[in-house]
Amino acid sequence: MNSLVPLFILIPLGSAMIMSILGRFIKNFGKYLITLALLFLTGITFHLIINVPEVLVYKVGGFADVGNIPVAIYLVIDGFTKILLLIISLVGFLVALYSFSYTTQYTAERKFYILFSLMLAGMYGMVVSGDIFNMYVFLEISSMAAYALVAFGLEKHQLEASFKYQVLGGVASMLILMGIGFIYWQTGTLNVADIATQLPVGGVFIKFVAVLFIVGFGLKAAIFPFHSWLPDAHSSAPSPISAMLSGVLIKAIGIYVLFRLFFNMFALSYELSLAITVLGVLSMIIGGLLAIGQWDIKRLLAYSSISQMGYVILGVGIGMLVLSKGGSQVIAGFAIMGGLFHLLNHSVFKGLLFLSAGAVEYRTGTRDMKKLGGLAELMPVTSGTSMIASLAISGIPPFNGFFSKLIIIIAAIQAKYYTLAFLAVLVSIVTIGYFMKLQKFTFYNKDKKIWDKAKIKEVPFSMALSMILLAVLCLGMSLLAIPQFRDIFLQPAVKALIETVQYSVTVIGN
Amino acid sequence: MILFILCFVLFMVGLYGVIIKRNLIKIIIGVAIMEYSVNLFLILIGYVNEGNVPILPLPEALVNKPFVDPLPQALVLTAIVIGLATTAMLLSIAIRLYRKYGTFNIRKINSLKG
Repeated sequence: MNSLVPLFILIPLGSAMIMSILGRFIKNFGKYLITLALLFLTGITFHLIINVPEVLVYKVGGFADVGNIPVAIYLVIDGFTKILLLIISLVGFLVALYSFSYTTQYTAERKFYILFSLMLAGMYGMVVSGDIFNMYVFLEISSMAAYALVAFGLEKHQLEASFKYQVLGGVASMLILMGIGFIYWQTGTLNVADIATQLPVGGVFIKFVAVLFIVGFGLKAAIFPFHSWLPDAHSSAPSPISAMLSGVLIKAIGIYVLFRLFFNMFALSYELSLAITVLGVLSMIIGGLLAIGQWDIKRLLAYSSISQMGYVILGVGIGMLVLSKGGSQVIAGFAIMGGLFHLLNHSVFKGLLFLSAGAVEYRTGTRDMKKLGGLAELMPVTSGTSMIASLAISGIPPFNGFFSKLIIIIAAIQAKYYTLAFLAVLVSIVTIGYFMKLQKFTFYNKDKKIWDKAKIKEVPFSMALSMILLAVLCLGMSLLAIPQFRDIFLQPAVKALIETVQYSVTVIGN
Repeated sequence: MILFILCFVLFMVGLYGVIIKRNLIKIIIGVAIMEYSVNLFLILIGYVNEGNVPILPLPEALVNKPFVDPLPQALVLTAIVIGLATTAMLLSIAIRLYRKYGTFNIRKINSLKG
């Protein structure tokens, strides 16, 4: 079973190489290869979640430990990794399906899929790696592919957004590498599980390193006040890539590592938990308020991503605060579960929203809401799926967003953070506001006669299919709120985070 | 200790370049300087004054003498390669930007707002 672990890195990395060689000779080779690869990996992920509850550890090169010192590079899959693997595979697969028709407008289609596979390989490597320096290497692989993909259309604004993203991403990488250097200096090891046992508790040194990591990964995850690159990069990129960046990348290389390091590597401290929670709450509020004023569909969605990631950090942050004060494990677990559930949900509905924005742009050639309107009858599938996603993200009952927000708010009340609960409700109302604006100005508001009926029709089959599947997921994932499904999908992840020291015990076994 | 402080100063010089300078190329140089300073820092961690080469088996004369930590050197090799890719990527985008806008001035490259 352990030999399944490296497949997550090998398959996307290998297919990037194969398609760069064979894709030259066989038409559309890359498309089919990466879609099939992602379908296969989705299957493996479901198999791991349902049938393999234990923690999988794979030692690259097969080097045995010397005493208690891990020598090999560790690849680790535990409960928390599995939900990230699930969103990467599932959203990645549907985005690849959507790209079938979407990328025909580009001349260098083959290169699009090579970069796409490299980005996936980086993200998979990031979540699977149990070694802090390898995290840095995979972080750079996925970021580099993302920089290139943002600039893929070579338009003025895309190049500018990509440059901004690269400079800020470069600064973030350097801060992270510096933090890794400090950690190695202190402990003499790079294995996350081993560092956890070696690192001293408390002290100025740990706080300094923690701040380096918060700023570095905060820049990668676009937490306020490090969010300035996100609206540019995510709105300029080709739409399938926007869905990937907003839906998966900021979670896999930002949020995931932040939580992994602060729960399982550093000892939980009240000040740092408070800092993370405050940043999360600020990005929730400010992202929401900035989204209201936007007239570009994808820019509005990008600001909304900042706001929704704030919810995720708020949920998990409350859990951290409760745990660090030695409070009830049950309440902390509930809060963390709300955050992780929202993380899963956000990748589905934000992915769908970006894909439907891309569908609108594909047919009409504009993203400006002032010029759009009256598309509801001409593009029923796009309009319907976009409406479902908007309802889900604003937290309207039968859809998944409602349950995750509800859990976060209930957890905040149980933990006696009434202000935070109130703010979460308030931002939720703001969210409904700007999504009503998006729906009204894009799909209704004007007569359909302004559009040329011959040109504006429903999008091609593969795009429509992937949007419908995501819309079904928006409804279907509400089932995760039911205890039976919750125990399979979310509880192992919560357990991996909440039992903070257990991680190093299971991984290196001492 | 003085070396570490100088290393930190170098990092700050790079950060200054990224934040203050308006020319695209100077910003890229700033990023590169930051990379060099972090690489230098990693090397300094493993450095031992008058240390020996970390090769086994040791010759008779070198047993029980301090040796340099080889791991940071391996890390730095990887980091240098990654830095090369980052710089190449930044420069290629800068060239494309110059073709579109006809300037390297970051203030005049402003099609994105809000």
